[in-house]
Amino acid sequence: MKQTNIYDSRGLARALDTTAAWTLAIMWALPLLYAIWTAFHPSAYSTRFTLNAPLTLENFVTAWHAAPFALYFVNTVLLVTMVLAAQLVLCTLAAYAFAKYDFRGKNIMFALVLMQLMIMPDVLVVENYRTMASIGVLDSTLAIGLPYMASAFGIFLLRQTFKSIPKELDEAAAVEGASTLQILWKVYVPLGKPVYLAYALVSISYHWNNFLWPLIVTNTTNSRPLTVGLQVFSSTEQGVDWAIITAATLMTSGPLLVAFLLFQRQFVQSFMRAGIK
Amino acid sequence: MALFRKTCALVAASLLSLTLMAGTALAEKVNLTFYFPVSVGGPITKIVEGMTEQFMKEHPDINITPVYAGIYRETLTKALTALRGGEPPHVAVLLSTDMYTLIDEDAIVPYDSIMKPEDMAFTKAFFPGFMSNSQTGGKTWGIPFQRSTIVMYWNKEAFKAAGLDPDKAPANWQELVAMGKKLTVKDESGKVTQWGVAIPSTGYAYWMLQALAIQNGVELMNAEGTKTYFDDPKAIEALTFLVDLAGKHGVSPSGTIDWATTPRDFFERKTAIMWTTTGNLTNVRKNAQFPFGVGMLPANTRPGSPTGGGNFYIFKKSTPAERQAAVTFVKWMTSAERAAQWGIDTGYVAVRPDAWETKAMKDYVASFPYAAIARDQLAHGVAELSTHDNQRVTKALDDAIQAAVTGSKTPAEALKAAQKEAERILRRYAK
Amino acid sequence: MPRPATMRNIHAWLLLLPAMAFIVAFTHVPAVNTFIHSFMLDGKGGAPATFVGLEHYMYLFEDEVFRKALVNNLLFASGTIPLSIGLAMLMAFLVNAGLAGQSVLRLCYFVPTVLPMIAVANIWLFFFTPEYGLLEQVRGALGFSGINWLGNESTALPCVIAVAVWKDAGFFMIFYLAALQQISPSLGEAAMLEGASRLYFYRRVVIPLLMPTTLFVLVNATINAFRMVDHLFVLTQGGPNNASSLLLYYIYEVSFKYWDTGYGAALTMVLLAFLGLASIGQFGFFERKVHYR
Repeated sequence: MKQTNIYDSRGLARALDTTAAWTLAIMWALPLLYAIWTAFHPSAYSTRFTLNAPLTLENFVTAWHAAPFALYFVNTVLLVTMVLAAQLVLCTLAAYAFAKYDFRGKNIMFALVLMQLMIMPDVLVVENYRTMASIGVLDSTLAIGLPYMASAFGIFLLRQTFKSIPKELDEAAAVEGASTLQILWKVYVPLGKPVYLAYALVSISYHWNNFLWPLIVTNTTNSRPLTVGLQVFSSTEQGVDWAIITAATLMTSGPLLVAFLLFQRQFVQSFMRAGIK
Repeated sequence: MALFRKTCALVAASLLSLTLMAGTALAEKVNLTFYFPVSVGGPITKIVEGMTEQFMKEHPDINITPVYAGIYRETLTKALTALRGGEPPHVAVLLSTDMYTLIDEDAIVPYDSIMKPEDMAFTKAFFPGFMSNSQTGGKTWGIPFQRSTIVMYWNKEAFKAAGLDPDKAPANWQELVAMGKKLTVKDESGKVTQWGVAIPSTGYAYWMLQALAIQNGVELMNAEGTKTYFDDPKAIEALTFLVDLAGKHGVSPSGTIDWATTPRDFFERKTAIMWTTTGNLTNVRKNAQFPFGVGMLPANTRPGSPTGGGNFYIFKKSTPAERQAAVTFVKWMTSAERAAQWGIDTGYVAVRPDAWETKAMKDYVASFPYAAIARDQLAHGVAELSTHDNQRVTKALDDAIQAAVTGSKTPAEALKAAQKEAERILRRYAK
Repeated sequence: MPRPATMRNIHAWLLLLPAMAFIVAFTHVPAVNTFIHSFMLDGKGGAPATFVGLEHYMYLFEDEVFRKALVNNLLFASGTIPLSIGLAMLMAFLVNAGLAGQSVLRLCYFVPTVLPMIAVANIWLFFFTPEYGLLEQVRGALGFSGINWLGNESTALPCVIAVAVWKDAGFFMIFYLAALQQISPSLGEAAMLEGASRLYFYRRVVIPLLMPTTLFVLVNATINAFRMVDHLFVLTQGGPNNASSLLLYYIYEVSFKYWDTGYGAALTMVLLAFLGLASIGQFGFFERKVHYR
């Protein structure tokens, strides 16, 4: 959404701004551009950029056969969906409680939740690993997702949103005989849609890209997600072959990239409407 | 998902107990999980899976699930993680140097405990150089499978351009330096466009240093894996030599030389000579666009290289039937024909002398004589650095090497610090 | 109809319980366990752990690698946090300025976020490779002499910081963009009437208005400074000689490569302490500076 601000530069200053912006943009996009170049050219051209180099799809074929990417892809989708679903439910319930109820121990509980903002499960890998081992879920998608299912960030966000919804709507629904959960479902959730969307996007991209915890908790290809699969595949004794690695990278980031390309306006807009301040 | 697995486990458990009660282990299939590292690129997974499928065809009563788990270090981590989680694999290929760690973790059983004494003679079929990292305390804990040594690759075109005989590689340290100097090419501005020698100092830095140390006449640890000799004057000399290649002689780039990019450096003609694992042989054949040579490492007071690579280990958490099946699998995978084919497909050293006598291998060596270099070097091979808590001890040594080549510590300081750290780590194992 | 207080209390607790159960189970209980565990030495091969008191903490003072990892992490934080926030703000201004090709600009800035770090780290490995790596090819063409970016103790950490900033800036940009678009143009008009320069407007009006976003982004950036270690696996493995090692990476090495989980727990306590300090610092200090409309 373009807003012409009164302070927008004109003339030479504008040209300079544009140049600066584009230089930064090219620098930022360089790794992706390199990946596209290298993935479609044979290995010998991964370090030299001769314009008439032959194109090839060989790298993708090799990469595809080198590791069960289809399985990794399925695992990742499963993980991301499972975590998001759990987060939406758990965080909505908790946020509603914090936003609309005054109960004993509220402040202590909220403090506990806030602590999780800083002390993420990522940092407590050693102990969480032992917990997973003791309940016997190691090497499963569930083990990867469990520590993240109640997200302090989500609770925080939703609480802010719910707080801004006027109490009159509650009372009107209660008059009509709606139960608490029905009020939640019929009144709050619909009104919080932009926030849910923004949060979902953050959660999905976070868990799609998460590496260290899945690395620790998975051993076999059963539940191995794309990130772990990529690392296992790209760190060989033989040394690095950028052609294959970039092909694998494009294959695995492809979906997210395409999704963002198609939905970037909605993406940004949802953040705006969510009013994350 | 957890429920499904638990159900399967329950079913498997009841089947197994029925079998044991009946006293016959033949009617049911034995199921084994097999962890293996992927360390030489994509096709290997397919080869290993192909081999296990072939095995299962010939042994219909044994079912093997191969699981590839990353490079060696990761495979060890995963195996131990699985062990601590209660579900280790039954058989795995892990670094030969992890033997002590695995024994300490009570993860593996020696082959002697599974087989009768007279059957243990099969271990004599392997090269003694590979068995030295596989046996301790009079027992055999690992059987060699994908083993290697360090070899020296050189760019024949670069040699010719430098006025050197392209078929003669440096035979000792002096020649390495002298030839390296001729091979170091600078452009008009004085910037080096081709280095003479690249010996990597990340990844498996300790392996490289061990080679230099052996060539200088010193072993870096004792046979029991309880003591290290990092600060032995000869070891310090070896590290000084490595550092001097960059500093004093100017034949190597300064700073650390990355393991992962060294082969690519070689293909890009950024270095004329590189030291790396023989496991890279097929990679180099495929990607080097110039004639190249493969040779034994140069000697100083003696020639030598540490061995490397992985052994088959059998894990403790397994039934007698599973262990027998695992041994059958291991023996099958390391038989002469299979060892030969594995060596041809990957560039690893076929682990037993009779494998080199098979027709397939003889033909291969005839067509590509360099394939036999690593085997010939075995005569001068020594056990790879292996101690208790091996990962930690080798990290201390890796750090010391990197400190020395980046100039933040002198070789003597660095190795003394590493020795101190190693002694601290090994204290609880000293008997 | 107002419900009796106890009923409401019960309702609230029921709503809260599922989420709290998870949070306590996977944050607070592990944190406490970490504390307890840091006083124990792991037994080998299934033997039970033994109590060793402060032995791990004493070793912290001797451990050169820990010292390096800690210092590195603090340097890493002091590099990535201001740089990624500053760049994010700049990017948001640029994207919001109505320049040519705006949505492509936005795409370019945001792309690093959707690529998994472990994948792009390999690409950055190429960029930093000596001799024929991209950086070196460009520098060579300009006539500069070679630098071994990842292989020198003095340049390894800055490279790691650069990659982290590259990854995060675009993500934070989105938050600033959203906030910027909510600033009414009439503010700009009013400022112009008062004769304020562009710089003054941005510095004294826009940036303070963005404070809530900055606080939010700051929290994120701080957390990332301590949890982002994925690129180390590919780029430097913490080297050379631990020059680019970070706390969480060291914790991983100690706990999952050496299996010394007792010492790993002690290290985690240090990490938790810093995270705690950071959160107190931020919430306390910035609460005062935040300007809500």
